[in-house]
Amino acid sequence: MEYKGVWTIAEAYEGDLKAVSFELLSRGRKLADELNEELVSVLIGGKVKEERVNELIKRGADRVIIVEDQLLDRFIVETYSNVLIDLIKSKKPEIVLSAATVNGRTLMPHVAMKIHAGLTADCTELGIEEKTGNLLQTRPAIGGNILATIKSPDSRPQMATVRPKSSRPLEIDETRTGVIERVAFQKNLFDSRVKHLETIIGGEDDVNIQESDIVVSGGKGMKKSDNFKMLYDLAHMLGGVVGASRDAVDRGWAKYPQQVGLSGKTVTPNVYFAFGISGAIQHLAGMKTAETIISVNTDEDATIFQVSDFGIVGDLFEVLPLLNEKLAKEVK
Amino acid sequence: MNIVVPIKQVPETSNVKMDPETGTMIRDGVESIINPLDLYAIEIAIQLKEKFGGKVTAVTMGPPAANKALKEAIAMGCDEGVLVSDRKFAGADTWSTAYVLVKAIERIGEVDLVVAGERATDGDTGQVGPNIAAAMNLPLATYVSKVESLTENSMTVERLTEEGYEKLQLPLPALLTVVKEISYPRLPTLRGKQRAKITDIPTYTVADLDVEENNLGLKGSPTRVVKIETPKVTRGGKILKVVDDQSLNEAVDNLIAFMKMKEII
Ligand SMILES: Cc1cc2nc3c(=O)[nH]c(=O)nc-3n(C[C@H](O)[C@H](O)[C@H](O)COP(=O)(O)OP(=O)(O)OC[C@H]3O[C@@H](n4cnc5c(N)ncnc54)[C@H](O)[C@@H]3O)c2cc1C
Ligand SMILES: Nc1ncnc2c1ncn2[C@@H]1O[C@H](COP(=O)(O)O)[C@@H](O)[C@H]1O
Repeated sequence: MEYKGVWTIAEAYEGDLKAVSFELLSRGRKLADELNEELVSVLIGGKVKEERVNELIKRGADRVIIVEDQLLDRFIVETYSNVLIDLIKSKKPEIVLSAATVNGRTLMPHVAMKIHAGLTADCTELGIEEKTGNLLQTRPAIGGNILATIKSPDSRPQMATVRPKSSRPLEIDETRTGVIERVAFQKNLFDSRVKHLETIIGGEDDVNIQESDIVVSGGKGMKKSDNFKMLYDLAHMLGGVVGASRDAVDRGWAKYPQQVGLSGKTVTPNVYFAFGISGAIQHLAGMKTAETIISVNTDEDATIFQVSDFGIVGDLFEVLPLLNEKLAKEVK
Repeated sequence: MNIVVPIKQVPETSNVKMDPETGTMIRDGVESIINPLDLYAIEIAIQLKEKFGGKVTAVTMGPPAANKALKEAIAMGCDEGVLVSDRKFAGADTWSTAYVLVKAIERIGEVDLVVAGERATDGDTGQVGPNIAAAMNLPLATYVSKVESLTENSMTVERLTEEGYEKLQLPLPALLTVVKEISYPRLPTLRGKQRAKITDIPTYTVADLDVEENNLGLKGSPTRVVKIETPKVTRGGKILKVVDDQSLNEAVDNLIAFMKMKEII
């Protein structure tokens, strides 16, 4: 049997679907159209609300394959990997995409290793090679210094994880129809070795900076921990979250999950604010692909200005309070 | 407790220069270091050994010069190092790298725990850890930020997720990939450095490992690099200078206007 169809892996959380499930479908739709093949959203997990499952079709899927069971309520990579491999072996998709989330980046290499498939991490662009129909996968590497395009010409399926927020979900189209296919969970695929004991939802500073449309970051120029409050004020007004450079994290002004950059997180928000951040190559590696970059720095030669869409050469302790004051009037 | 830590030697990228003609990295004069994120794996492995006894073996697949990374790992407190090196391994992607590392780990002997870094700062894939776990059929916990408890045959860890943390219990042997939060890596000591100097580091080549040639190097790698580009950094944005109260006021007003134009507010 030939390998056919484009699969995207949906991510469930507490009976709902994460936004990345829909972002992946807009990526997948383009590829499926170009290949003239079916786009399938694969959902492995506990029970998910019916309307959200239907939304997968309204936002681009031709088919939804659901493997649902209480035993799949929590992400346990061994079991999820068994289930996905079983589906891949029986249905032979040509392309399998997942989000480059902690779970996607755990599941995909687990599966790829076992089936000897090529896997490209954290792609920001996907396309189809003209003559061969191979998947072209583009991703930043070496701290964002290069963009590498990779393909897996001889192995199937072609697998890739895709950076969250690097594409937008398609609008809901009420007229779209598709097939919902339920596949029974075979109990022998359950791996009972690893036990999920507890989920601890993070506090406010633990919010996932990768999922936010607006990231307000501070660096060493913030001078001390207390000054981060100004960043939180701005973030709250805009509905965003606070990030930081490594220097700020190392000084304890922010937590590690807030660190943006090579040894922290990569973010692709609509807007990235950099206050008192010089723009070291390692920091740029984590935020360069933001849609809009706004920065404030006293040093007019700071590298951060080279990647900024809007910059203010000035003292952040003058700019930030005034900005907050004026914005408070605007957003009210 | 036998712990194996796979570490990678990477170019020190704080002053990486790219050749604008070829789009490749200029490697001349670039120092090689242990992947910074692997230092956290080494640290937690040494801490566990100090508490529970046993030994820590650092293993790396790379060119002969990667020996230096192993010496550094020993200087930090690892007991042994193993270099996996052969021309036939060159050009390996994550699949083939993991394949060879698995064979090397099996050769090292009984293992209770494998601790890998979250990802390497050069390739930046974070795939090799989960790859190894899959191939060895070891229970896996990724993005581990804390080892809460450890007994002879099981451990409880905290794993970072997008929403916060989750607590997992794994039977041993197991594989962890760890993040920076796990602990602060120690510096090599003078005694450690002396020990590193006299510690013999064995090299495993193709002949020493039970590997299939078809799975090695470029031939064993399902992925191919098609092209490499150097992305443009400059955005050529609007830059305003603040010199006095008036220009400050104008700059902020302009910024707010810009944010409105971009529909941020
Ligand atoms: C292997 C490796 C990995 C790394 N990973 C990361 C990473 O993931 N993330 C990361 O961020 N860094 C990382 N770094 C560190 C990186 O090289 C820089 O050291 C770091 O990003 C600098 O942080 P900063 O911009 O906050 O500090 P600085 O470079 O010190 O910059 C502070 C800036 O604040 C400005 N400033 C000072 N006062 C004011 C004021 N009153 N108003 C306005 N501006 C002001 C200054 O002009 C300066 O430009 C890594 C380094 C290495 C070697
Ligand atoms: N060549 C290698 N030799 C030993 N360990 C490696 C090698 N490549 C990767 N690793 C390990 O796998 C982790 C993830 O690497 P990567 O998948 O390349 O991002 C690293 O942090 C190391 O622990």
